[in-house]
Amino acid sequence: MGAVFRPYSPTDSMQSDRSSGDRQRHRQKLREVLKGNIADVISEQSIIGRGPDSIVKVPIRGIKEYRFVYGQNQPRVAQGSGESEAGQKVGKAEGQGTPEDGKAGNMPGEDYYETDVTLEELVEIMFEDLALPDLESKPLRAIEAEYTHKRSGTKRVGIRAQLDKKKTAKNRIKRRFLKEKMEDGVEDAATEESVAEKKRFPFNQKDFRYHRHKPDIRYESNAVVLCIMDTSGSMNVMKKYLARCFFFLLYQFVRLKYRQTELVFISHDTVAKEVNEDDFFHKGESGGTMISSGYQKALDIIQDRFDPSLWNVYAFHCSDGDNFQEDIPKTMELAKKLCENCNLFGYGEIKPTGSIAWGTPMLEKYDEFIAPNFTTICITSKADIWPKFKAFLSREREKSPSVDADALGWR
Amino acid sequence: MARSYDLKDLERWEARIFEKVQEYGLNCYPQEFEICDHIQMLGMMTYHGMPSHYPHWSFGKSFERTKTMYDYGVQGIPYEMVINSNPCIAGLMRDNSLCLQILTMAHVYGHNDFFKNNFTFAHTQADLIVARFKSHTDRIRSYVEDPSIGQQAVEEILDAAHALSFQCQKNQAIKRRSPEEQIEKAIEKELKTEGDVSDAIKEIEQRFPTEPEENILLFIRDNNPRLNEWERDLLTIVHEEAIYFQPQMETKIINEGWACYWHREIMNSLELPTDIHMEFLVRHNQVVRPIPGDINPYNVGLALWDRIEEVELGEVRNHNADRQPKDIRDKLFEIREVDRDTSFIRRFMDLETMMKLDLFEAEVEHSDWVISKTASDEQWKAIRHLLIQSVGLGSIPVISIIDSDLNGTRGLLLRHSYEGRELEAKYAEKTLEHVYRLWGRKVVLETKLKENMARYSFDDTGLSLTAEFFDETFPPYFIP
Repeated sequence: MGAVFRPYSPTDSMQSDRSSGDRQRHRQKLREVLKGNIADVISEQSIIGRGPDSIVKVPIRGIKEYRFVYGQNQPRVAQGSGESEAGQKVGKAEGQGTPEDGKAGNMPGEDYYETDVTLEELVEIMFEDLALPDLESKPLRAIEAEYTHKRSGTKRVGIRAQLDKKKTAKNRIKRRFLKEKMEDGVEDAATEESVAEKKRFPFNQKDFRYHRHKPDIRYESNAVVLCIMDTSGSMNVMKKYLARCFFFLLYQFVRLKYRQTELVFISHDTVAKEVNEDDFFHKGESGGTMISSGYQKALDIIQDRFDPSLWNVYAFHCSDGDNFQEDIPKTMELAKKLCENCNLFGYGEIKPTGSIAWGTPMLEKYDEFIAPNFTTICITSKADIWPKFKAFLSREREKSPSVDADALGWR
Repeated sequence: MARSYDLKDLERWEARIFEKVQEYGLNCYPQEFEICDHIQMLGMMTYHGMPSHYPHWSFGKSFERTKTMYDYGVQGIPYEMVINSNPCIAGLMRDNSLCLQILTMAHVYGHNDFFKNNFTFAHTQADLIVARFKSHTDRIRSYVEDPSIGQQAVEEILDAAHALSFQCQKNQAIKRRSPEEQIEKAIEKELKTEGDVSDAIKEIEQRFPTEPEENILLFIRDNNPRLNEWERDLLTIVHEEAIYFQPQMETKIINEGWACYWHREIMNSLELPTDIHMEFLVRHNQVVRPIPGDINPYNVGLALWDRIEEVELGEVRNHNADRQPKDIRDKLFEIREVDRDTSFIRRFMDLETMMKLDLFEAEVEHSDWVISKTASDEQWKAIRHLLIQSVGLGSIPVISIIDSDLNGTRGLLLRHSYEGRELEAKYAEKTLEHVYRLWGRKVVLETKLKENMARYSFDDTGLSLTAEFFDETFPPYFIP
């Protein structure tokens, strides 16, 4: 008998997850990496249009452990299956190096990790990255969303229902204590009656205290995002996808700031209609473009359902910039109206590089149109979305003091 | 089907194996087996089998990687995990079949014997290693918990130290000369030449290090006065671990071959019940089968040991039926004591074995690996040479410190001993950044790119690369 055996014990096994600390630290580091290339991640199609709790698998390039190593693809020795001959192909070069065990990490090679993050977390990381602390109060309107009362101190007169029993009882005790102190010295012949009277120490009007109330107003909480998209024939899949990414970000951002966020999807070609999310992003349309129809529809919806005095309205329009020449004056007029009714109105022109523009780009027209809460952006590629979105929000921030000094006051 | 068994069975089988181990004359440390589940096994693998190991995120990464491979079935968990310590500790997976457990125990005894007797392990202090690792763990944890140091700072040093950990003396058996001895020797050599040597002697006395220094971590530890005590300690710890693991890298093929040779011998002599014996044959062949397109150290190692035996006996032995004759043991024991992968292959890899193993040399041609040389009369030596270059520590470039002054700027000059293989540029750049982090002043690495001299240098402005092409020096370009 030569060896000592240490039997398996399930409790040891529970404690034996010794790498958990190091794994956690590794995850943390991966998260930092994730933050670094968030722009890549959010332009991945798979994460858009999902619920906040759904889990997203995000591929992250592994953290490398660098060492001095020889380059890949240098001649090497390997085993064959028996009949190797010169000139035979035995595999693909580049990155296919099999790491030998025991010295993992010695050979260069690309590892990808798939991390599970919930969309919620991802959005959190995204906006952490934005680092715009004063955004919160910026486009919010001071709307009295809730009107309630809050207790604040006591008063001597009031109605029975608002009696502060605890304070009242305390006052009585105090008064009795004082009285006893004062009477301690005067110990004259007490009658049976006066003893009984002394024991009974009734409440006095002076003891009563009533709750005082202060009105408590909470401001704002509802927001609506109007997504207006051009679905005319010229909006191809790529353009739609870029638009969709942008709407997704906008929605996530607004959702983070408001307790309740409504989404309205309006698609238009020459006529506009309200559609559901799925149709909005997936249904192909065709035909010409009348941007004004979309704006009119948006205005109608605002009027019907989202009174600007009660709702924070965000409208955003994505188009490739083609519009009927005749429609432009009307469009400009309605855009002005929309600005008056919205916290923020934005226009995004989708121009993937290499695409051909027909007609007059609206962007140029909009350049002449200036309103404090109006912004235009131009998106040319996937990689463009995140920086443009950031710029979009930070541009708003610069203007913010004049717009809502008043809203800031409440915070 | 698989038999059910309990600890008692294992103990019984182990006793029989141990009897054989003694009969065959293997010289082992006391053996301990730990029964563990697969998560524990993955944990052991992550920390190189050490019962205690300091924390670092890279182990988390390694665990995740192994676990993913295991979960997706890309890679199985090895049957055995054994460490070079006294007593020798090995893990046995509780989910393995009885046959696998017996096989693993026999295999582990092979490694145990190798650890105890092979000369490359002589410096590893197997008696103390577990305690030393524990002490490393405690020290590093205390630095992490120290509010004036903290995890971030410790991590930065460890990241840099890990990058350089194997840039150390390749042969631990060679005694290092002290700085005084180095100077003495250099002057002695200079004096043998004719003519005026006073300038040369002056130069020798000023140059530091006098001889190229391969222990980069130790050199920085001893010669960067701005390092804190705890930073020096971290470098020491990382270096100590690296040289503890170095022999295992150096003896992968010979050691696995040895363990396979002995588990086969022991298993065949145990008179196993038929079902276990059949399973053994299957498992054994899985372990020692060639892996086309790669090198399976179990396969190559066992083939070489078999070849040695064949040469000694003058014939091929039927391992299943005939037991090992006593008279060849001394020869085998001697080889297991004095060889490492490089010398083992150089001495015993012959054309016949190479043909049996079907080794070939492959080169990249238009993004494909194409066989360029096969085991033949003219080419086998070249293949053997390349194999020797790539086994053991051959995959680690030799880079030594040449100068630590760089014309009075206290910059560090590293030189890559180029022998035909270029450094991976991206990795070299990033690793140089780690050297800079530890040294704190300009660091320069001399190597060759496309047969031309190239100098990477890293200082507070970042990385720059100067290369000479056709005797013409291009101005350095700046990489932000």
